[in-house]
Amino acid sequence: MSRIHVTTTVNGDATEFLCDAEATLLDVLRDELGLTGTKEGCGTGDCGACSVTVDGRLVCSCLMLGAEAEGREITTIEGMAAGDTLHPLQQKFIEMAALQCGICTPGILVAAKSLLERNPDPSEEEVRYWLAGNLCRCTGYDKIIRAVMETAADMRRAS
Amino acid sequence: MRFEAPRSVEEAVTALAGQTGAHVLAGGTDLLVKLRAEMIEPELIVDIKRIAGMRDVVAEDGGWRIGAAVSGAEMGEHAGLCADWPGVVEAVGLIGSTQVQGRATLAGNLCNASPAADSVPAMVAAGAVVRVVGPKGTRDVAVIDIPKAPGKTTLAAGEFIASVFLPARGARSGDAYLRFIPRTEMDIAVVGCGIALSLDAAGRVAAARVSLGAVGPKVMLVDAAAEAIQGRVLDEAALADLAAVCSAAATPIDDKRGTVDFRRHVSGVLARRAAVIAEARAKGEQA
Ligand SMILES: Cc1cc2nc3c(=O)[nH]c(=O)nc-3n(C[C@H](O)[C@H](O)[C@H](O)COP(=O)(O)OP(=O)(O)OC[C@H]3O[C@@H](n4cnc5c(N)ncnc54)[C@H](O)[C@@H]3O)c2cc1C
Ligand code: FES
Ligand code: FES
Repeated sequence: MSRIHVTTTVNGDATEFLCDAEATLLDVLRDELGLTGTKEGCGTGDCGACSVTVDGRLVCSCLMLGAEAEGREITTIEGMAAGDTLHPLQQKFIEMAALQCGICTPGILVAAKSLLERNPDPSEEEVRYWLAGNLCRCTGYDKIIRAVMETAADMRRAS
Repeated sequence: MRFEAPRSVEEAVTALAGQTGAHVLAGGTDLLVKLRAEMIEPELIVDIKRIAGMRDVVAEDGGWRIGAAVSGAEMGEHAGLCADWPGVVEAVGLIGSTQVQGRATLAGNLCNASPAADSVPAMVAAGAVVRVVGPKGTRDVAVIDIPKAPGKTTLAAGEFIASVFLPARGARSGDAYLRFIPRTEMDIAVVGCGIALSLDAAGRVAAARVSLGAVGPKVMLVDAAAEAIQGRVLDEAALADLAAVCSAAATPIDDKRGTVDFRRHVSGVLARRAAVIAEARAKGEQA
């Protein structure tokens, strides 16, 4: 079976890859493109560890085929920091110890960034609902939620 | 397995009709789960998202035509849909997480044919009609007539849904959908109830459609529930009658998420609560 040739944009860079029809975007990111920041927790849409944005929309990359990426703009955790400068959310997660093993963290950061782009001043309830599809087995959600809330406040002050 | 992303309805129909074991891909939030679990082994996947018009919401005859690839998130951001059919928008908004919302569609929820699908009772209450395209042409089918049994639809080989039409809302009308789940997010409905109603000038129910999900092998339109409140002001007595009829109409099963008795009871409770919300919306109140 011939592989599918896909031309897409990943973190702002024009990218091409070959994939099988069955391959998910998550498989492609990790195994073809070497972007292993995006994690696989469940493979069934339940945990959010594989979160990326596609044309600005937050999705689970485990529930999307690689072939669907044709012509789309994909953003992963690798596109979050500007060079060596961490995104304020990344910085705050470190400062506030909002992670332990770190498996859920890329997905949570990508999801939280997507929230703050839409809503710079979310209530705690809004943050909790937005992140309901991101599971963390270690940290407990409080530190994560507080880190997102504080980052939002910092970013509002800075702008 | 092959993958195709046709640009036109005709190409999609040809691809689907020409291959046994072809599956339509919309948001993939059910299909990819099944694919990875090897519950299905498609020969061909036809992605309908690149077909012209599939991602559009268009005003039509006072109502809205929603392309089959419009996601739940896009519906929630559409002011016109939210104003006219808040119950349908809320129902689709209950599906999964933010990530799932970014992809999940109404037609996918319907064609997955789970008895617990959240948007389906809301669409049934709204009187939604889907446009089915296929090798024999185009036909319009009421949403209630699409599910056949758990996991099975009445669509013929090569057919797929191109759009969902929500009719004009009408004056003094409102809708609502409520589900019961044991937690607040990310769970499957134990019971779902959709209601759309319109009031007369005196505030009596002029017409109503009441539907129940997850309490039978497929969604049901409960005519007796509509009759129970027809011509009445929704006072305590009317709501009690509505609840009793809905509890009686439910034909649930016992499983780990709810017993038969519990599901029957909750069917009535959700119906009366949904009716109160729909009534407030019909009166133009915030609800
Ligand atoms: C984590 C998670 C949580 C979920 N929570 C809920 C929930 O709370 N409530 C709920 O109801 N569902 C839930 N779901 C199920 C799923 O998200 C919904 O059923 C969704 O609406 C499916 O839409 P889709 O576009 O992703 O469908 P797809 O996966 O693309 O397709 C589903 C099925 O319908 C067929 N199909 C799709 N589009 C068409 C079409 N236009 N014409 C004909 N056939 C078509 C496909 O071939 C497939 O068989 C959840 C799923 C996940 C992964
Ligand atoms: S790996 Fe995609 S949601 Fe868990
Ligand atoms: S830090 Fe380990 S899962 Fe969240």
